[in-house]
Amino acid sequence: MEFVLRAFSNGMDGVFLGGCRLNECNYITHGNYHALSMVLLFKKIMERIGLNPERIKIEFMSGAEANIFVETVNGFVRKVKELGPLGQAEGISEAQLKFKLEAISRLVPYIRLVERERLRMPLGSEDSYHKFFSSDEFERLFNETIGDKLAISQIISLLREKPLPTAEMAKSLGLTPSEVSKHLNTSSRQGLVRYDESQKCFALA
Amino acid sequence: MLTYTEVNSVEGEAGDFKVSLTKKPRYVIEDRCTGCTICVEYCPAKYPDQYNQEISMNKAVHIYFAQAIPLITYIDESCLYLKEKKCRICEGVCKNNAIDLNQTVERKDIQVGAIILASGIEPFDPKTKKEYRYGEFANVVTSMDYERLLCSTGPYQGDILRASDMKHPHKIAWIQCIGSRRVTSGDNSYCSAVCCTYTQKQVIVTKDHDAEADCTIFHNDIRSYGKDFERFFERTDKLPGVRFIRSYTSIVKEDPITKNITIRYSTTEDGVKEEEFDMVVLSVGLTPPADAASIADKYGIKLNSHNFCETNPVNPMITNRPGVFVSGGFQGPVDIPESVFSASGASSQIGELLNYRRGNLARERIYPPERDVSGEKPRIGIFICHCGANIGRIVNVPETVEYCKTLPNVVHAQEQLFSCATNSAKEISDMTREKGLNRVIVAACSPRTLEPLFRDTVREAGINQYYLEMANIREHNSWVHSKEKDDATQKAKDIIRKSLARACLLEPLQEFDLPVNKAALVVGGGVAGMNCALSIARQGHEVHLLEMDSELGGIARRIHYTLDGLDVQEYLRDLIRNVYQNHLIYVYHNAEITDASGYVGNFVTRVKSEKGTSEIKHGAAVIAIGADLYTPSEYLYGQDDRVITHLDLEDRVNKGDENIVNAQSLVMIQCVGCRNEDRNYCSRICCSQSVKNALKLKDVNPDMDIYILFRDMRTYGFNEDYYRDASNRDIKFIRFEPQEPPEVEPGESDEGRPVLKVTVTDFVLGNKLLLDADIVSLATAVIPSEATKNVASQFKVTLSPDGFFKEAHVKLRPVEFGTDGVYLCGMAHYPKFLRETINQAYGAAGRVLTLLSRDVVVASGSVCEVDENKCVSCGACITACTYGAIDFYETPKGRKARVNSVLCKGDGLCNTKCATNAIQLKHFTDEELLSEIDAAFTEFEDLLPLKRCC
Repeated sequence: MEFVLRAFSNGMDGVFLGGCRLNECNYITHGNYHALSMVLLFKKIMERIGLNPERIKIEFMSGAEANIFVETVNGFVRKVKELGPLGQAEGISEAQLKFKLEAISRLVPYIRLVERERLRMPLGSEDSYHKFFSSDEFERLFNETIGDKLAISQIISLLREKPLPTAEMAKSLGLTPSEVSKHLNTSSRQGLVRYDESQKCFALA
Repeated sequence: MLTYTEVNSVEGEAGDFKVSLTKKPRYVIEDRCTGCTICVEYCPAKYPDQYNQEISMNKAVHIYFAQAIPLITYIDESCLYLKEKKCRICEGVCKNNAIDLNQTVERKDIQVGAIILASGIEPFDPKTKKEYRYGEFANVVTSMDYERLLCSTGPYQGDILRASDMKHPHKIAWIQCIGSRRVTSGDNSYCSAVCCTYTQKQVIVTKDHDAEADCTIFHNDIRSYGKDFERFFERTDKLPGVRFIRSYTSIVKEDPITKNITIRYSTTEDGVKEEEFDMVVLSVGLTPPADAASIADKYGIKLNSHNFCETNPVNPMITNRPGVFVSGGFQGPVDIPESVFSASGASSQIGELLNYRRGNLARERIYPPERDVSGEKPRIGIFICHCGANIGRIVNVPETVEYCKTLPNVVHAQEQLFSCATNSAKEISDMTREKGLNRVIVAACSPRTLEPLFRDTVREAGINQYYLEMANIREHNSWVHSKEKDDATQKAKDIIRKSLARACLLEPLQEFDLPVNKAALVVGGGVAGMNCALSIARQGHEVHLLEMDSELGGIARRIHYTLDGLDVQEYLRDLIRNVYQNHLIYVYHNAEITDASGYVGNFVTRVKSEKGTSEIKHGAAVIAIGADLYTPSEYLYGQDDRVITHLDLEDRVNKGDENIVNAQSLVMIQCVGCRNEDRNYCSRICCSQSVKNALKLKDVNPDMDIYILFRDMRTYGFNEDYYRDASNRDIKFIRFEPQEPPEVEPGESDEGRPVLKVTVTDFVLGNKLLLDADIVSLATAVIPSEATKNVASQFKVTLSPDGFFKEAHVKLRPVEFGTDGVYLCGMAHYPKFLRETINQAYGAAGRVLTLLSRDVVVASGSVCEVDENKCVSCGACITACTYGAIDFYETPKGRKARVNSVLCKGDGLCNTKCATNAIQLKHFTDEELLSEIDAAFTEFEDLLPLKRCC
């Protein structure tokens, strides 16, 4: 995930991952299934921070299937061109984009823990992965774990720039003010943020 | 290696041959020529390029082809000096004084212990038959010509052009079986075995060149009998604009103006018709070497009736002269994997012959001591390969070299024609020493092919081999961007810049030696397993042979005779006796593997057998577990005992079963349980099996009516003769299509005899036929053995989509697995005939010996490593590693994960799971990979790692 993030941070508008066909991994660790779940999870995160999840794509093919590779890559390049530049097309400013990606980067170790503890799937079929990652169950787990952290991480990133009132944060994060308040309460209890009475703003503690 | 050399005579005997050789003058001093090809540029004598099928021109001095070994020039008889004593330009332009026009024929004698005849095949020459119109019509080409036309190093650099007008043909026809499967004079009666599939390849490549191309293949049977060939055929068939037409053809005329060719053919729907094509490709067959007779004479060997080498059905690699072996196409028409089987197999047999003096001539390679460069700042050399024209034609190499020189830390950058050539590799070593380089980047092809060579090169220069970095500017660049030269040059620069970023961060790594246990384990006691075990044992290694049954023999126990008349049971008895009598082979009956662990050179396998539970230590494992037979649910099998399988039939014919041999009418149905959706492959052997049984039955009961209902008769190779024999002896072959399979139901004949009524649509006559059969024999599919999945998971090897074991490379490594130290042979790989099995069994033994004859194997330095300061002992890496390479250890800092570097395969999954980045894959660390990602997008000066290095 770090590598993908690094590509997006470097201004790439799309990232394509190619792997061997599922169940045909050269290694018995079947890393391609893990890559699939990483991509599906990453799509969810992108969605949450307001980026188009179609900017990342994974496809499985054998070394002999040059035709599939060519079709997939050409198709993906067309798709990304349609989507337009990262951030800009989604109505996110360059600065916002930067802090959003930074927020995820900081969460990578945490995401790894959560993935292992709560979101790991047994090796199965590609369909079962897609099914799980689009299920309500996953939605709930995601919100409980990564979703909240992601919001807090973004709030911290915002506040690092300058103290802000709740309403403004809600606007730039695309959340409701009450959701932001909830996260701010949690964070202030943990001693991460404080309310600056004089400025009527939240600031980093 | 002696090239451009001919054998005059062979004297002596196995173990001690004296071979007298003639080395033809190449007029170039081999040690001095660097392959720079300046002489070729200046040579004024042009003549038709033999390598490119004489379509384009070459010079009198030339390199035969781009991958020739050695990659140096030679001068042939079209040279003006050799003909008329004038010119000598090449002498003047050669900077190395490598030209020597006074060279003469050199004779020498060498002593050898054994000889392998690998003289290959010749493509059939259609000029010998006027009706093929080859040489007469400009746009009739052979498949060999077409192969060169398709190739990027071909006569028109990969453009397919017509000889008549240098235009791209749009409508192309292939005609199959040119020179093959014909009894007319000048043609060959056998099937050449490879043409159906190579034609399909040519069609696919043609469609890659020109998606709109209209491709028509006129064929007889489609013989997609090889592993994965059926899928390949389907893929070709489904391409838009591709037509497969089953028809005989004749080439009628050439349009005097357009030079298009008219072909006459017939279809069942439309009858006879004519159609015009822009180009016609003759799919020519394979013939024996042109000088087969003189080869036979020189080596004292016998030829068969087709002028190929006469071989022994139970050991196709030996000739009638002891010590002289045969491999590849000279055995008969074969594809690449079968050639590799017999090549490796012949080497194993020579190992048996000469084992007593193995290693006597070996010398140890000594590398210079490794220079410690850890304190130095990076001094990087970049070598950019032209790969002949492969890269140089697309990428502007000189410009890229200049660009590299502007990059930080680069102290040397240069271009090379072929970096992999011996002289170029030496240049890399020399330059590394001279300029004090401590990292080397070779910008050339995929590291998969040549990384070992270049690692060796930097080792020669006295720096750690992991200081080599390869930038792939061929597969990833020039080959895919041949039409975007400027962009490709930019991309080459980008790729090299990425490599440079990574190279700065590379660390020296040490590989280590693992001892090799000298014993082998062979799983499966059939013909494959036993032959393999014997060959290994005869070279002085202990073999543990596991058989899951209570007796040896495998599926061969159910086979009684072969098409060429071998008594299989007698052969099997001999083979089994030899196995039991060999004191180095330990046989385990009723054996079951309960656990297999370890790694190349050091496996431990636990086996439950009649001997109780054994723990076997071995250095190599061979999987030869054979295959099973599909139990049909079709055609009333199991419901009516007159419906039997082809193996039952063989067994009952052999026993003289009255019901069978006295039957009035017998119907065989082919392709039962395969070539369908469930099993999308051809079982390869059933057509010949049915022909064999039919001929046998005709021998015993000439009056019997025998019908073989088939889809394509796949009696490839010499078996074609038996198929023809069967037709001549009034065995009736009726073709059906998969959408209208035959139907079988009980009924009565006109005379009131109870029979099985078989209905089949005859596509030639276009009507339904009703056959009365006393017996219906089903050619049931060969399916993967039941034990396959268990064995695959124990030895951590993979399976193909059809469930057979998957070799490391279909063509090039057909007896090996991706997992080191594990090998494959017999029907476990794919259905095959007895002689093919034996070839492959010896082939596997040959590969096993390559491993077991060594004392140590070298383990990679690129394995994972844990930074104990960062490890929080969460165990995420341990659960990720299914190789079991990571464990917890108690350390003074508490419990920490630690990697067993021998078991680590370097796949790096653990890295992605570690929350603290404590575990890293050496040579592919996060830092190294991130630096590449950054370098891909950034101007180099801004790069983070570089600042750190400088």
